[in-house]
This record gives sequence, structure tokens and C-alpha cells, in this order.
Amino acid sequence: MTETHLFEWAPTTPADLGLDQDDPLHGELLKLNVGPQHPATHGVLRLRITLDGETIHDCDPVVGYLHRGKEKTCESLGWRKFFVHTDRLDYVQPLLNNCAYALALEKLAGIEAPERAQEIRVLLMEISRIMAHLIYLGTTAIDLGAVTMFFLTFKERERAYDLLDAYTGHRMNNTYVRIGGVYADIDEDVARAMRSWLSEMPAKIDEFEALLTGNRIWYDRNKNVGILTTEDCFAWSLTGPNMRGSGCALDLRKDEPYSGYQEYDFEVPVGTIGDSYDRYLVRVEEMRQSVRIALQALDRLEKSRGDEFLLEDRHYVLPPKQRVHESMEELIFQFKIITDMSLPKGEAYHAVESSKGELGFFLASDGTSEPVRCHIRAPGLMNVQAVPLLARGRLLSDLMAIIGSLDFVMGEVDR
Amino acid sequence: MNDLLILLIKASVIYGGLLGTAALMTLAERKFSAWMQYRIGPNRVGPFGLLQPLADGVKFIFKEEVVPDGANPWLFRMAPMMAAVPAMLTVAVVPFAGGDIVLFGQNFGQLSITDLDIGVLFMLAIGGLGVYGVILGGWSSNSKYSLLGGLRASAQMISYELSLILVVLSIVAMSGTLDLRGIVAEQTGTWLLLPAWNVFQQPLAFVLFVIATFAETNRHPFDFAECEPELVGGFHTEYSSMKFALFFLGEYCAMVVMACLTTVLFLGGPEVPYWADAPWFLQLVAFMVKAGIFLFLFIWVRWTLPRFRFDQLMHLGWKVFLPLALANLFLTGLLVSF
Repeated sequence: MTETHLFEWAPTTPADLGLDQDDPLHGELLKLNVGPQHPATHGVLRLRITLDGETIHDCDPVVGYLHRGKEKTCESLGWRKFFVHTDRLDYVQPLLNNCAYALALEKLAGIEAPERAQEIRVLLMEISRIMAHLIYLGTTAIDLGAVTMFFLTFKERERAYDLLDAYTGHRMNNTYVRIGGVYADIDEDVARAMRSWLSEMPAKIDEFEALLTGNRIWYDRNKNVGILTTEDCFAWSLTGPNMRGSGCALDLRKDEPYSGYQEYDFEVPVGTIGDSYDRYLVRVEEMRQSVRIALQALDRLEKSRGDEFLLEDRHYVLPPKQRVHESMEELIFQFKIITDMSLPKGEAYHAVESSKGELGFFLASDGTSEPVRCHIRAPGLMNVQAVPLLARGRLLSDLMAIIGSLDFVMGEVDR
Repeated sequence: MNDLLILLIKASVIYGGLLGTAALMTLAERKFSAWMQYRIGPNRVGPFGLLQPLADGVKFIFKEEVVPDGANPWLFRMAPMMAAVPAMLTVAVVPFAGGDIVLFGQNFGQLSITDLDIGVLFMLAIGGLGVYGVILGGWSSNSKYSLLGGLRASAQMISYELSLILVVLSIVAMSGTLDLRGIVAEQTGTWLLLPAWNVFQQPLAFVLFVIATFAETNRHPFDFAECEPELVGGFHTEYSSMKFALFFLGEYCAMVVMACLTTVLFLGGPEVPYWADAPWFLQLVAFMVKAGIFLFLFIWVRWTLPRFRFDQLMHLGWKVFLPLALANLFLTGLLVSF
């Protein structure tokens, strides 16, 4: 039995929406379903769009197609094992998520990672940020038709993957950050390879910019598209490059420094009017600043070579395997941490500046090994919320520039 | 030998060449894009992947034909043919080489299927029909994305075709004929030590014409009817199998034909520079090289530039190209009459 489906025309007429019905420019409204499987929605975002010709009359994002219950998973898995799941939040920058979660745990536990661990974390966070912005650049360009950009950025990203592979043993989903530090120290060879990649990056960014920044088509497609004011950003909780694009220099690395960011020398780029083009420029400049920070972190790591990179705290940090084999106490500590690691009673919220905005973990503990609540403040969700605001009244083609420039990853949005 | 037989032989050679070039273009597109993107491109089928188009064709033939529910069955099947046939028809008037071809002691006449004295008009008129395939394909698919793609194609057509024709008119005004051979003949010899090609005599018209050909062939950066990030596949979202392949064949044939037309109108057609009476096979090679440059340009631009928004093309067409083309025509008219 086959059933014939004809167009599902919108039940509303232009008159219902206050449009002039006699105006031949406004015919029937068209309801268009974009996604969840659509080449430009960056994952499984679904948008229900009401079109008047090609003008977007209304746009309604539907999220949740990638919902995996991460927050609840934390409650059943316990504090330690949730690290693996933080990788899968914003999967283009797993190490940054790791660090954010570790910092929140450390805040709740009242401990602080050693100096060298913090330097390694800063290095990893900045490399993650560059990788995430490379994804932004590649996918936004492909949405606007510049397909080759995607391959250029992904080649660089591939090199970063190789570096992370050399350091952590994984390309994606690294899970290399622990409470009280990082899993293993950074190798001298790896550090050298990272340095050479980072020092080549600015020239590569120039190359990307040569293809896009001054390109008249790119400029026309992005300029004055999706203008986001600072008030909008406050109203919709938008943070990160989207907010900085509108001219508000809010950057948690400067405003509430963590992991020793106050000791690094870098600038916070801001845009002027907050359109897609400004957001693009801000992200490109942020990549350059991230290279600066990461190189400074590598310099510091050179000086602190040999220092401890993991806290000697047997309440939270696993003892080295060799010592477990030799010592009774260490075996007991290991057993306790793995089966029953508890955090002090209380609540903690720690936010870091992720590539998409303020990535925060709110953790509540009742003193037992079972978390009471783990809430993730994912910046991507807020970014999705701004899509209708920016898309209304624009053309369908502008929607792609808007989605691309708001930059969200559905793994984080849906959690 | 009888004239009809000669015509048949010439037609099969030229159409074979056109389809072969179109097939090779699909390979070239993939190879060049691969080289621009640090990739290798198809290299499994045949030496250097040269048989890849053949493999693609076999694959297309064996794919399942899907006609969506609610699609207009006739128009849905007609549209790919309407897109492919006009592009192939126009090649009939292209003069690939001047002079008579004498092979095996037999005079085959000139290397073109026919010599219409309204060649330019024929090419533009028949070439312009190709857009109906796109519009009807988009409309008959019963899919919203296809419909939007078809609508864009029609909006696009009215915005560039006027300037395209005005540009061609200035060439026609210069040579005083609509016959493509006449236009080629007008460009022989030298002009200020350069070959007397229209590209040097009419640089503005040349630039406008090349940009308009991108729109005419629905190529990036003007491929709004397709526009995969926005409209999934645009007008051909619902097409599969050979019907889909026909759209592509039409697009690539249109590219080849437009490259030929640009060569004829602006680069002296088959003329070998500074050697007016070169043998016909050298003229053919010269023609292929010139057309090849434009074919490469099509690929090069596609893999370099972002895409326009369709209202930006209309802005470009009406507010920039049209006045420029009109001014160019006016100036040409003045120069020709005085």
C-alpha cells in the first residue's frame, strides 16, 4: 500500500501573520523542515522554518536528537568515570572539556593541580581551541560554498590530531586529564613537535584569511548578516566569540582566570557590530592568540621539566601502578579511589572559556561517592537559541551563514 | 560520397567528442579538486583513474530509479532530457576548424555539423532552453527543496541572460554577422600587433561574458539551483540513477559548449595566432587548447570561491552587468558607425 503525500502547506495564511494578502509578493507560506539530517545543520539540529518566498518568517530549532543523558550518567557512574563522557560533549575539543570538568572537581574537592599540570592543561586547552576554531572555519566555509577551505583547515587539524595522538595515544576522545593533574607528563619530542606545528600555524591562518577575509563574495555573504547586539547576548546568555563579536570583551581567561591564565600574555579580540563577519574575524584572531598562549605554555613547560604533573593526594589521585604492586597502603588507596571515591559535601561551579563560550560544570555532592547532580552549562545550547532571533526576516541562504557563525556542536547542545 | 553520410560521420565524431569531453570533465573536476585539496582523486579505475567516468556511468545505469510519491510522472521524467538535450544541440553550429578537411582522399567539408547564418542566435536560444529542465525538474519532484531550487533557477535566468545577450550583441555589432564562422573570420589577422581577437578589442565584454557563462551553466559560484548546503541537492534532490546522470551530463555539456562559444566569440575560434592558414588539425588543437582554458577556469573557480546568495546575483545582474553591457554596446555601436 502506498500512500500519496502531497505538499504539506502551512495552514496559516499571510493574513494571519499581518502580511498584506493582496500583495502578490506574499503568497502562501511554506513550512520547511531542515534537518535533523541536513548537510548544513552541523550534526542533528532540526529547524522548522516558515518561509515567505525565500524569506524566513519564523524559525524554530528542535534539539535533542543527540541526547544521551550525560548529566544523569554522571550520577550513576560516579565522579571519576565521567571524565570519559566529557570528551563526548563537544567532541571537537575533548581535552578542553576534560580540563573544565577536572577544574570543577578540584574546586569541589578543594585541591589544586601542580604548576606543571596547569601548564600542560593550558597548552592542551589552547590546542583544543585552535582545533575547534579550525572546524568552525572549515564547516562555515563549506556551508557558504568554499569547499576547499574545509580541506585546508582539516589538514591542519589532522596534524593536531597526530600531535595529540603522540601525547595521549588517542586522536579523539583523549580523556587525559585527571583530578589533580594530567595522566602523564608531556614528552620532550612531543613538545618539540607541538612547537613546530604552532609556529607554522600563523602562516597557515594567513593563508586561510587570504582565501576568505578579503574575498568579496565571503564579505557579502557575512557582512550585516545575523547582527547580534551585546544586549541580545546578555538576554540570551550568549558568551564566547559570539559575544565578543558584538563588541563585549568578556573572556573568562581574563575575567576569572583559572589554571594560571593571568600569567600569560594575550589579547582578547572583539568585533564591532556583531554580524557573522565580525564573529569570523574574532575567531580567526583568537586562533592567533591561542598560538601565542600555547607557545608561552611550551616555554614554561621547558623550565618546569621534571616537576610533578599529578598531585600526590591519595584521596583523589590513583597511585602509580608499580607502587600498588609493592605497597599495601597504595593498594588500599587504589581500591578506595576506584570503588568509592567521594568528594566533600557541597556544591561547586567552575566555568572555563571554551571555544564556544562559557563551559561550566555545576557539581553537587552529598559527601558520598554518588554525585547528587552534575549540570553542564553548555555554551552551544545558548548559541542555538539565538538562531531564530537572527534568522527571522533573512533569506534562507543567510541561515547557513548564521548557523555557521554561531558555531555549536550538537554533542554539547543535546548532551 | 553522399552528403548525408558525410554529415552523419561528422555528427557522430563531434557528438562523440562532446560526450567524451563531458565525461572527461567529470574526471578532471575530481582530479583538479583533489589536487587543490591535498588529495589524490580517483586512481583505481584504469591508468590514472581515466576509466572512472565509465565506471560512474555503469554505476548510474544500475542504480534504482526512484520516482517520489506525488511527483508529476511525465514532467519528472521529461525534465532531465530537457536539461541535457539543449546543451548537446548547440554544439551543432560550433566551427571547430576552418578550411576543408581532406582525409583518405575524401573532402569532408568544414569541421562543424552545420553552418547556420544565425549561429549565435541559435546557440543562445537553444542553450537558454536548458533552464526549463531545471525548473520543471524542481517543480515536478513534489519536494520543497527541489521547488526552491527550481524557483531560484528561474530567478537566476532572468537576471543574467539579458546582460549575456547584450554582451553578445556588441560582438555581433563589431563583426556585422550572426554567423559564427563570420565572427571567427572577423577576428583573423592582427590588431596592434596582437591577434585581432575580441578579447583584446572588447575586454569588458569578455569579462562580463565569462562571468555570465558561469551563471548560464549553473556553475559555482552561481549554482543556487543546486546549492547543497541549503537545498540539499536543489532541483535534483529527488533524482536518482540515469535521470540524475542526465542532469549532470547536461551541465557538463553546457560547460563544454559555453567554453566553445567563448572561444569562438572572443578568442578567434580555431585560429592559430599569427598563422591564418594553418592546417585544419592544428586549428582544431588550437581550438581545444583555448576551450580547455575555460573548462579549467570553470573547475578552478568552483573549488576556490564561496557561493553568492541568489539575490546578490540578481543585484549583480541588474545593477552592475546590465548598465555595463549597455554602455559597452553603446560604445561599440558608436565606434562601428563612425
